[in-house]
Amino acid sequence: MSAWTPRILAILCNWCSYAGADLAGVSRMQYPPSIRVVRVPCSGRVDPLFILKSLQSGFDGVLVSGCHPGDCHYISGNYVARRRFAVLKPLLDFVGIEPERVQFSWISAGEGERFAKVVAKVTDDVRRLGPAERLVKRT
Amino acid sequence: MTIGSELRDTARRLLSEGTVELVIGWRRGSRPTAAVPAFVTDPEEAGSLVFDGTCGTNPAVYFTRDRRQYSGRKVGVAVKGCDARAVLQLVMENQVVRDDVVLIGVACPGVLDRRRVALAACGREILELEDRGAEVMLRGAGFETVVRREDVLSDSCRGCPHPDPGSVDLLLGTPRREAASGEERERRVREFEALPPAGRWEATLREYGKCIRCYACRNVCPACYCETCFVDQNDPRWIGGTCEPTDTLIFHLIRNLHVAGRCVECGACARACPTGVDLLLLHRKVAVEVLERFREEAGMDAGARPIMASFREDERQEFIMG
Repeated sequence: MSAWTPRILAILCNWCSYAGADLAGVSRMQYPPSIRVVRVPCSGRVDPLFILKSLQSGFDGVLVSGCHPGDCHYISGNYVARRRFAVLKPLLDFVGIEPERVQFSWISAGEGERFAKVVAKVTDDVRRLGPAERLVKRT
Repeated sequence: MTIGSELRDTARRLLSEGTVELVIGWRRGSRPTAAVPAFVTDPEEAGSLVFDGTCGTNPAVYFTRDRRQYSGRKVGVAVKGCDARAVLQLVMENQVVRDDVVLIGVACPGVLDRRRVALAACGREILELEDRGAEVMLRGAGFETVVRREDVLSDSCRGCPHPDPGSVDLLLGTPRREAASGEERERRVREFEALPPAGRWEATLREYGKCIRCYACRNVCPACYCETCFVDQNDPRWIGGTCEPTDTLIFHLIRNLHVAGRCVECGACARACPTGVDLLLLHRKVAVEVLERFREEAGMDAGARPIMASFREDERQEFIMG
């Protein structure tokens, strides 16, 4: 078990969270090497299907991060995303998928340290749950 | 005068006056337990229309199935409370022109679940069904039984939040004027939530394991009208088309999210399901969540903004990491 490291998909918006991740990198901050990053134009681009598909394909967790409310490059993309996540998250919990596997955060371009902390927290949560089982497709 | 005869008279009048070219309603089908959709263009044929607890189909679905047939035509449509909301939701989404439809509201006593009706007849073939209101009479070769409506009611109608059709042009029958309590509507959602997570997962897999991916649920749903459904799309191909459990569950979860804030909980999907999957539970869960968080319900106001496409800046966001 100790050899196992969670694999987490991080879907980051181009304008804030991706730049936040970049800042964490150029500032040489340490955080667990558990994430694989996909850059999207806006958190509003994130279709819940991306999240479920990731879990089905074997990711142990998914982190979606966008600009703080009010800071969206496209004015309101993150607000619309927030409504979507507000429904997705309880729905996943309802059908019995561990809520910690799918997490959302707001990280600005200046919050490199926060990015490192969020990744550490998500990795920790997912590590505690162990490898994903429930929605994983086994063929 | 029964609602059925009022409906026949109204359809006859609207058609002969030329107010509408077509009336969509229900007529008797080959099985006494389920009326089938009726499309009446000739006033002479209006006599075939019926309304009772066997009229479970949501006629709103036809507006988005064959658009060419309906666009620019005046259409009268008989609607129960949920059907009216489904039409209004389509008006809101610019799929139906409100002025082109005459909504003929029918006061709905709740529709019947054909599986429960079959059970009540102990599997014997029902040759005749008479909806008497509080009771339903079933008759077949060598038997006649009267059951309480409550015992054969469709799940969607238990705790129906809006039984009376709203914003209609005509209203037939006596409206109930009282909705069921929110508690009754949420009861099964809360019961399910009380299970431990592993139990919820097992129950979900068991329930959706019955699905044969026939897409009847999607096809009868007035809210499901994408030109290419994500399950039919091949490039990229998002999910597998077989009954592999995760593919099946993802189909249902995503369908639920696609109709979030748009589903009127008419239960047409659950009634159309050939394997009896409890489809309503997830739709209810989402509707309850949407109502709780955004204080809005689908199909209540054709002039409002779509719920999932709008927002308030100060919304609760406890699900986002601090």
